[in-house]
Amino acid sequence: MISVSGLHFSYDGKTEVLSDINLDIDRRSTAIIGQNGVGKTTFIKILKGLLRPASGKVTILGEDVTQKSAAQWASVIGLVFQNPNDQIFKKTVLEETLFGPLNIKMTPKAARKRAMEALSAVGLADKTDVNPYDLNLSDKKLLCIASVLAMNTRIVIFDEPTIAQDWQGLERIKAIINSLKAQGKLIMTIVHDIDFVAECFERTVVFNEGKVLLDGDTADVFAHVDVLRQARVSQPHIAQLAELAGLRRVCLTEDEFVRAFKDYAFIQ
Amino acid sequence: MKKILVEHLKYRYPQAAELALNDISFEAEEGEKIGVIGRNGAGKSTLCQALTGLVPHFYKGAYGGRVIVDGTEVLSSSISEIVLKVGIVFQNPFTQVTGAKETVYDEVAFGLENLGLPRGEISSRVDAALELLRIYRFKDQAPFSLSGGQTQRMAIAGIIAMRPRIIVLDEPTSQLDPQGSEEVYQALDDLSDQGLTIVLTEHKIEKIAQYCDKILVLQDGRSVAFDTPARLFSAEDSDAWGIRPPVYTSVCRKLLRPPTGVYPVTLSEAGEALANWEAST
Repeated sequence: MISVSGLHFSYDGKTEVLSDINLDIDRRSTAIIGQNGVGKTTFIKILKGLLRPASGKVTILGEDVTQKSAAQWASVIGLVFQNPNDQIFKKTVLEETLFGPLNIKMTPKAARKRAMEALSAVGLADKTDVNPYDLNLSDKKLLCIASVLAMNTRIVIFDEPTIAQDWQGLERIKAIINSLKAQGKLIMTIVHDIDFVAECFERTVVFNEGKVLLDGDTADVFAHVDVLRQARVSQPHIAQLAELAGLRRVCLTEDEFVRAFKDYAFIQ
Repeated sequence: MKKILVEHLKYRYPQAAELALNDISFEAEEGEKIGVIGRNGAGKSTLCQALTGLVPHFYKGAYGGRVIVDGTEVLSSSISEIVLKVGIVFQNPFTQVTGAKETVYDEVAFGLENLGLPRGEISSRVDAALELLRIYRFKDQAPFSLSGGQTQRMAIAGIIAMRPRIIVLDEPTSQLDPQGSEEVYQALDDLSDQGLTIVLTEHKIEKIAQYCDKILVLQDGRSVAFDTPARLFSAEDSDAWGIRPPVYTSVCRKLLRPPTGVYPVTLSEAGEALANWEAST
């Protein structure tokens, strides 16, 4: 759905933030991980048409990303910002959620329906008249997610969706992502919460110093402990326990671990 | 003497209908690390404000019960007295940085300059704080050139330089990458070894279980549990408190029945328990 070849980018024309990125993003939900400052957000901004590549080519659904404006890409790619204060600017929760769909020329009726559905999905349907700035950080983040969901884009990118979420908020976000996947949308995220990656994302790409260090099915990527260490990325908690317990396979969920451990103990 | 003593603390914000804190009691010894967990809106941040005196001195509202920090009762003292005993570190380190200072050294010295201390005293305290937080090598750099973890450690150093006996940290690692979070937790370990009493709120339950001596669980403004991580997460009713146990405890619950009734809460404890399980089967 997204194809990236020979992508280079630099902010000052000297230091390369991204160097020779080649990625073919298919339908698999994809997490991009790596330390702060390795170029993850820059990469996402290029996909979204907010920054132009210095060289290389990015196509989205077969179209060159530079051939359309960021405004035109808005109906195709939705981005949930890391910091809700960078995204929120309206006076009520409902107006905030309506802005995106109206802006991409949905009819007011369709926009309202989408907005209300999105607010229900994030659990804010009873707060439509609240001023977004009166929400706490986790609700602000959920509002940003609703604003993007309401636009019904083919591609949805989440920048650090789990920040400030409690366990219940996290479960809600996981449910939203699973429902978007079921609708056939492409879901991408850049995130530090590795347990969240393990549970929700089929493919993982590890960035390090502006390059792709690892790329593959999530379980395969987390099997490369030594390479991950180089990027200062750790394994998911449950995978660490699997390694310590001697299971010699990467487990991504608790259930997977319990099954694998029982088999292992039986054979031993 | 208890470093922190909270007895039947009740608090309601002005104009609010409900109590934000409803009969909270807990205590902490010198050098203890206390983790405060619970759902968003359970009262964690309000409790942090109550330990630093911002509740009730700044926020006003209805207040009952007692909070005693390092022998001083919060209600009957001024904020300027309490800041000498209790330092607070906020969620986002970048909001705590003054932005007015050109070097990490000057940033950490800022609070001390405001106290009007002599130059020599300031410099020895700043150097000690920078070393304790392991950021001495950055002292001549610009504050905004630091990584997230380094910035949070600089914010903590600024607080430590004031020589409080207690520090309160409200979600100190939520904006940091895993590397930065780990650096902050190791720094907190060093500080508690020096005798500082630490109270922190956190959603990363595996970190809380690994680093804290005791955990206070808040639910709808009430304290529903206060215990060691092992006993707390082994309790049958922990799921009803709106929290989840560490992943290590959770899988062990599905695989083990420890005779003591106490489950592992950290990676190494879980690894050991599972290794023994293997041997006994």
